[in-house]
Parts: sequence; structure tokens; C-alpha cells
Amino acid sequence: AVLKKRLVKLVVNFLFYFRTDEAEPIGALLLEHCRITKEEENVFSISFVEEPERKYCFECDSEEQCQEWIEALKRASYEFMRRSLIFYRNEIQKMTGKDPLEQYGISEEARFQLGTYKQ
Amino acid sequence: MKLNERSVAHYATCDSPADHAGFLRKRVERHHHHAHHHATSYQRRWFVLKGNLLFYFEERESREPLGLVVLEGCTVELCEAAEEFAFAIRFDDAGARAYVLVADGQAAMEAWVKALSRASFDYMRLVVRELEKQLEEACKSLAACRKSPRRSSSSSRKRHLSNPALLPVPEKPAVLENGYSTWGSGGGVPGGAACPDRDGGHAKPPPLPPRWRSAAGSTTGSPVPSLSPTMLESPVTPEMACFSKLHSWYGQEIAALRREWQERQKRGHP
Repeated sequence: AVLKKRLVKLVVNFLFYFRTDEAEPIGALLLEHCRITKEEENVFSISFVEEPERKYCFECDSEEQCQEWIEALKRASYEFMRRSLIFYRNEIQKMTGKDPLEQYGISEEARFQLGTYKQ
Repeated sequence: MKLNERSVAHYATCDSPADHAGFLRKRVERHHHHAHHHATSYQRRWFVLKGNLLFYFEERESREPLGLVVLEGCTVELCEAAEEFAFAIRFDDAGARAYVLVADGQAAMEAWVKALSRASFDYMRLVVRELEKQLEEACKSLAACRKSPRRSSSSSRKRHLSNPALLPVPEKPAVLENGYSTWGSGGGVPGGAACPDRDGGHAKPPPLPPRWRSAAGSTTGSPVPSLSPTMLESPVTPEMACFSKLHSWYGQEIAALRREWQERQKRGHP
């Protein structure tokens, strides 16, 4: 496999990649239901649940950069954020007896309910 | 632009729960130079909202979406189209096309508008950050509350060991309230009947709850036995970054305290 130099940009739950001299991205990866794996030195890969053997590999300039990307990408999915929100909501409720989402008027929203998103 | 379509289609059709789903009619957008006539047409599609992604399918049973709308940098608004129950998704980027959608009825339209307005990743991120802050603050104030019981415990312990009549929790509601929320400021027990003040009359924190006192009762001489063993042995401090441990530790203590307080309330303390 040939490594091509790309400008890579993480925007919400999408990873865009560009040829270094172009303004429009060549492509994007939706980062839901994916796994981020550390490969060999300076390298990480992204693979998706329905096709785990297909790996999108990225080589970084340093191990540090590699770790930064891995951490950022692991937190990049909407589903990860949703789980965090539900977790915090539950913890705050346990500690204070109050549902912190009430002040926003969103406590009944399906997307924020405990028990719906066990993964 | 390439997209990992297979994975996207999988995400769209897999059994992870959708945030909203239903039939909507989607206005067909024509390019300006094709619009010889002004008739607008609509196509009925099956829409599925998952996270910040709005997928649409030809049929409910379709195995692949026809298209996808990424709900970032957009507003969802009611539409003054000729159609009733119409709403539009418009993007801050003026060049991007808008999506005009028509629901089956008022309730369906309202439900969609609500669901779509809160669908963005940015919105979710905002709420998560806010909750992170709130949790941190709750932990901090809890940690602050815990400091006083340690200091007062030995004096309370001495008091009730020498005077068994003090063991039951005093019946003043004010003390009960203070006892569980603001240990530090628990002073000025009105009437002072339950806790004769041996230290010259200055404000004293209320006595410790029975759970902690029973631990104290068994070890007369040791320093801070009135605190539950878990608290003393806990490896977790508020400074630790390991939030998950911190959460479950504090959570258990608070849950137990609240249960006891509620039980006491039920037993008829005014």
C-alpha cells in the first residue's frame, strides 16, 4: 500500500481528507460504529464494525501526534457523546437529586434517555 | 467527494435506535435553468434521524439510503410554502440547497422540527460540556461538605458517648436540614435541648447520622472512627482525573444519606 500525504481534518463526526494543495476534500469518513486502533509506530487505523478487516491507515509524524489523533477520534462519534451525556446526567441526578436537563427543557427527549443506548 | 458509503449505509440501517423516523414528503429541487414552470412536486420518502444525520430512503424497507443530510450549521424552520405542515432545513452556507419537507399533520410536523433542531453534534457537545461542569461543581461542594464532619466527629462522639440520651437525632427540622447539606454552618440549634453545649455556647454542628455513629460506638479511643470505613479507605480524591470511580464513590454515599434522611422524615420528625 502506498502512503499518500493528505491534509486531514476532523469536523464533528467526520474525518475529511484533502490533497495538500486543494480547498475541497477528496473524501470523508463518517466516524460512527468505528474502531480506532494503534498499529505500528506512528500509525493508527480506522475500521468499521461491518467490515473490520478493511483498515484505513494513517501515519503520523510522531508517536505523540499519533496518540493525540487516537484520543480525538475515539471521542469523535455522536454516539460517544450521547453516552457521555447520559452518564453525566445520571451522575448529577444521583448526587443532587435533580435532573440537569430539566433547565433546558429537554429531559423528555428520546435521545437522552438512560437505558436506550446500552452499548 | 468520496464517502465510506458502505459504513454509512450500515449505520443508517442497523438496529441502533433512531432518534426519530417517519414518512415525509420531500420537495424536489430543480436547478434554475430547468425551472420552465413553477410547479413544485414532492416525493414521499422514509426518513430516519440518527444523531446528527438525517437519512432518507425510497421505502421503509429499503436496504440503502437514497441520501443523507448532515445537520450541522443549519436551522429548521416552519415554511410558508403552499403546503400545510411544511418545514425547511436551511444552511448557514447560502450556497447549500435547502430541504423542504412536508409532514402528515401538525403533531408530526412539530415532532420533526423539535427533533431536528436538537440534532446537531455542536448542540450535543454544548450540553455535554455544561453537564461536565455541573458534575465537577457538585463533586467539589460535596468534598467541601465532607471536611467538617471529620473535625466535629470527635467532639460529637465524646458528647454522645458520655450522654446516651443524645443518640437519637434531635427533632428540630432546622438541624435535620443543616445536618445533611451544610455541615459547616450547622450552628445555632434553636432551644438547644438536644445538644447541651459543653464548649461554652458557640454554634455547634449537628450530630452525625446514626450510620456513622454506630461505627464510632464500637471504637472508643480511635481518632475518626465515626466516618464510614469506605470514606477513610477510599483511594479516590476530588483531584483525581478518574471520574468514573469518583462518581460511583460519591454516588453511593449520597444515596445512602438521602435514604436515611427520608426514612427519618417518614418516622415523623416535624
